[in-house]
Amino acid sequence: MRFGVVRFPGSCDEADALAACRRVGEAEILWHGDRDLRGVDAVVIPGGFSYGDYLRVGAIARFSPVMESVTAFAGDGGPVLGICNGFQVLCEAGLLPGALLPNVGLRFLCRQLDVEVLDAGTAFTRACPPGDVLSIPAKHQAGRYHAPDEPRVVFRYAHDGNPNGSSNDIAGVANEAGNVVGLMPHPEHAVDALTGSTDGLKLFESALALART
Amino acid sequence: MRPGAQAVSPSVEDAVALGLTRAEYALVVDKLGGEPNEVELAVFSVLWSEHCSYKHSRPLLRTLPTEGERVIMGPGENAGAVDVGDGWAVAFKVESHNHPSAVEPFQGAATGVGGILRDIFAIGARPIAVLDSLRFGEPSSPRSRYLLDRAVAGIGHYGNSIGVPTVGGEVYFEGPYEHNCLVNAMALGLARSEDMVRSAAAGVGNALVLFGASTGRDGIGGASVLASAELGEGDADKRPSVQVGDPFEEKKVLECSLELLERGLLVSLQDLGAAGLTSSSAEMASKGGVGVDLDVSRVPLREAGMAPFEIMISESQERMLCVVEPARVEGVLAVCERWEVHGTAIGTVTDTGRLRVLHGEQVVGDMPVAALVDECPVYELEPRRPASPLYPVPAPAPLFAASHGAGEAERSGEHARPAVEPSVRDILLALLASPNIASRLPLFEQYDWLVQSRTVRRPGEADAAVLLMPTGAAIAVSIDGSGRRVAADPYTGTVEAVLECTANLACVGAAPLGLTNCLNFANPEKAHVAWQLTESVRALGDACRALGVPVVGGNVSLYNEGAQGPIYPTPVVGMVGELPDPARAGRAGFAREGDLIALVGAFTPILGASELARLRGEALPTQLPEADVAATQRTHAAVRDAVRAGALTSAHDVAEGGLLVAVAESCLAGGMGAALERRPFAALATALTPRRAKRARGGPLPEPLAAALFGEAPGTAFVVSGDREGLDRLEAGTHLVELGRVGGDALAVGEDLAVPLAELREAHAALGPLFP
Repeated sequence: MRFGVVRFPGSCDEADALAACRRVGEAEILWHGDRDLRGVDAVVIPGGFSYGDYLRVGAIARFSPVMESVTAFAGDGGPVLGICNGFQVLCEAGLLPGALLPNVGLRFLCRQLDVEVLDAGTAFTRACPPGDVLSIPAKHQAGRYHAPDEPRVVFRYAHDGNPNGSSNDIAGVANEAGNVVGLMPHPEHAVDALTGSTDGLKLFESALALART
Repeated sequence: MRPGAQAVSPSVEDAVALGLTRAEYALVVDKLGGEPNEVELAVFSVLWSEHCSYKHSRPLLRTLPTEGERVIMGPGENAGAVDVGDGWAVAFKVESHNHPSAVEPFQGAATGVGGILRDIFAIGARPIAVLDSLRFGEPSSPRSRYLLDRAVAGIGHYGNSIGVPTVGGEVYFEGPYEHNCLVNAMALGLARSEDMVRSAAAGVGNALVLFGASTGRDGIGGASVLASAELGEGDADKRPSVQVGDPFEEKKVLECSLELLERGLLVSLQDLGAAGLTSSSAEMASKGGVGVDLDVSRVPLREAGMAPFEIMISESQERMLCVVEPARVEGVLAVCERWEVHGTAIGTVTDTGRLRVLHGEQVVGDMPVAALVDECPVYELEPRRPASPLYPVPAPAPLFAASHGAGEAERSGEHARPAVEPSVRDILLALLASPNIASRLPLFEQYDWLVQSRTVRRPGEADAAVLLMPTGAAIAVSIDGSGRRVAADPYTGTVEAVLECTANLACVGAAPLGLTNCLNFANPEKAHVAWQLTESVRALGDACRALGVPVVGGNVSLYNEGAQGPIYPTPVVGMVGELPDPARAGRAGFAREGDLIALVGAFTPILGASELARLRGEALPTQLPEADVAATQRTHAAVRDAVRAGALTSAHDVAEGGLLVAVAESCLAGGMGAALERRPFAALATALTPRRAKRARGGPLPEPLAAALFGEAPGTAFVVSGDREGLDRLEAGTHLVELGRVGGDALAVGEDLAVPLAELREAHAALGPLFP
């Protein structure tokens, strides 16, 4: 099992995502300017502020050469996980429905949260029992998910812990096929008990389980 | 003929307008052998500013101990660094951005973070953490709330966007900072020791390559105009002197710098900070004992028509200057291209010992490097202890105002005692709600404290931040300083700041490796400020020598005063320590029902200069009792060893608000109550009762009991919890008094006091409304 972690100028969490992937398999960095996905089995679009996010979160990154290949990869059913800015990029790229708006409080918030798994059928949740509640940190200023139509909701902020005012407490969604998943909380920052929790590992283990089937 | 002499030369009045004195101008003329032209005057004025030359503080700073077994890089480089084992080094430094933040808090604070990060990666270390030390006026003032809100947003904007966690910091609110806030940022970086680079230019014929952002008119004259003069009316007009930060550009410059170093393409590297290209090139040349030719016509510009002197002193952010062997210039430019940052060869290292500024073929400035960097006049301070108090007495908090519990008619004069003495419970809640003690969570939540996956102890979880090292061990870091106590007694107050910092490290089980500092003072040309600065630096040196902690770097910020008077003298110390086992890093919160709670250390608190004294509206004392550094060091070692051995459940130092507040903080951090006995407090009160007093004055709260409950002696004592075995182990090394047990959902003292956790929590959340 080999993960590819995309690196844009302005990515911040790519090293953490790489380390998280390596806890369950092999992983390497994919450069934003390359179209070659180097035969990876799953793609992670990490958090950060791609291209500074000065125009609109994720708006520029989605035009990068690597995203053309990621779009094709996703179209072929390849598993793609977007975390935070990666989620925003996937929405901008049309791989996921909806958009991420500025938090209701208009402030950046960094907080450990309880996140409930509503859909255990996606490429990145099949290792979770349905209803599983994961302790995962979130940190963002534009995480208020909004979609005109009913999306396939995968994660929801539990225990009244919605930090950004997203509709229906949505924390993450999937495409209809369930191979593309995006979420605002950071599972790659919940893979080591020393630095918080290990609940985030389940997302990466899910991709591994998928690769083995 | 001097370069540019055909043009109209600037006058001595122009020099004065740029911040030089008439005598300094005369010296410049002497050094140059003629009147300086526009470029030369601009270069001298910024390099001879206090900010760049340390001309009022250099002799004092030389007295600080800088040597240590673990020191890899000391003062004089972009940042200091200590060895953390297995060939790894941690670089760190703290720097001020006070005046820019007072003028434009968002950009001022943001670029403060950006600047200190560049210092770290300029020596080849990857930035791994930021901490900040902030001072504002009382939050009751709209201006202070505005400065706080925007400065916090600015720090977050830069740190969050560049992917460096903000893992700790401190903030205090006091009247004397109302018009001159302090924004100090500290950064840490991680590097392989052998890969670290210095900033000296070397190799005649080597190229100078500028990379990063393009150069604009922002920040022109920032070093001299903002950083080296008192703030006054019309400061809003200085906004164009404040630089604008772009963390995205810096992220690219950071990655580009580290890749250039990793590939071994650079001879040396330097960031462009205050005074921009001028100071970076002059300092590189000075350290290398060489000369430099710079062609300003090659510098990529943000706007057309910039004059050579503007290009030389522009403080546009996110720029780096490196020295490269000619054969490697192409390789350097290719890496710059990959990271989408401008890379341009703009000059050459020469053997002339002169900084020559060219515009194409034309020489527009020619100055001896030694005169610029090493021959700036140094001023002897003329310290004199002030005869009368310098600082206004703060207004009492509502609970302590004369009108409390009385009708308007009974109000009798300012700062009189309240008609109804507040109870212990009222005082405890007022202290927890004081902006100087209330939970910092509303600030910390605006910072990414977890990116890079090293953060073992988050802000608020322990007294110091704890970060994982690639060695498997961990480092701890803390930043501390109490201006109010230094104002009361510059010597003891500064010793206390150092002790407070080592106490915080001890709480997580860390032993100090090195110290950095930022000396924030008012105008040193005034005798009383010179006295504060002299005493403070003497104390810093004494404390560091006694503790065996080397000073590896620092920064001085002077002229922090406005028409309303000087700031509290505020030396801020940042310390890095090490602990062998991150899994055993200490926590501040109670965590196990039934644990014993104990006070550790020889604790002789006083109310003078305490938070309670401030709430009561009392004047500062003119002296603090001398700190016993050796005894305190033994206490710290005992606590540190017990934490490392896993013998304690929690450890928290007794700081602002005193003993009862420290216990309350451990309750809140762990979400558990505590049942304390009355006897230890009574015994402490008796010990604190002056011998001459026959009996303590009656009333609800005699002063010695108030001192036992709420008095302060920073850095000397701890509240710990653990089982009997753990406390016995600790007691063997130090003085220990059992206070009670962990448990329940209230903080109780005997039968007299029981405050539910919910009430403590509500009081402690007082800063929340400042960030709606």
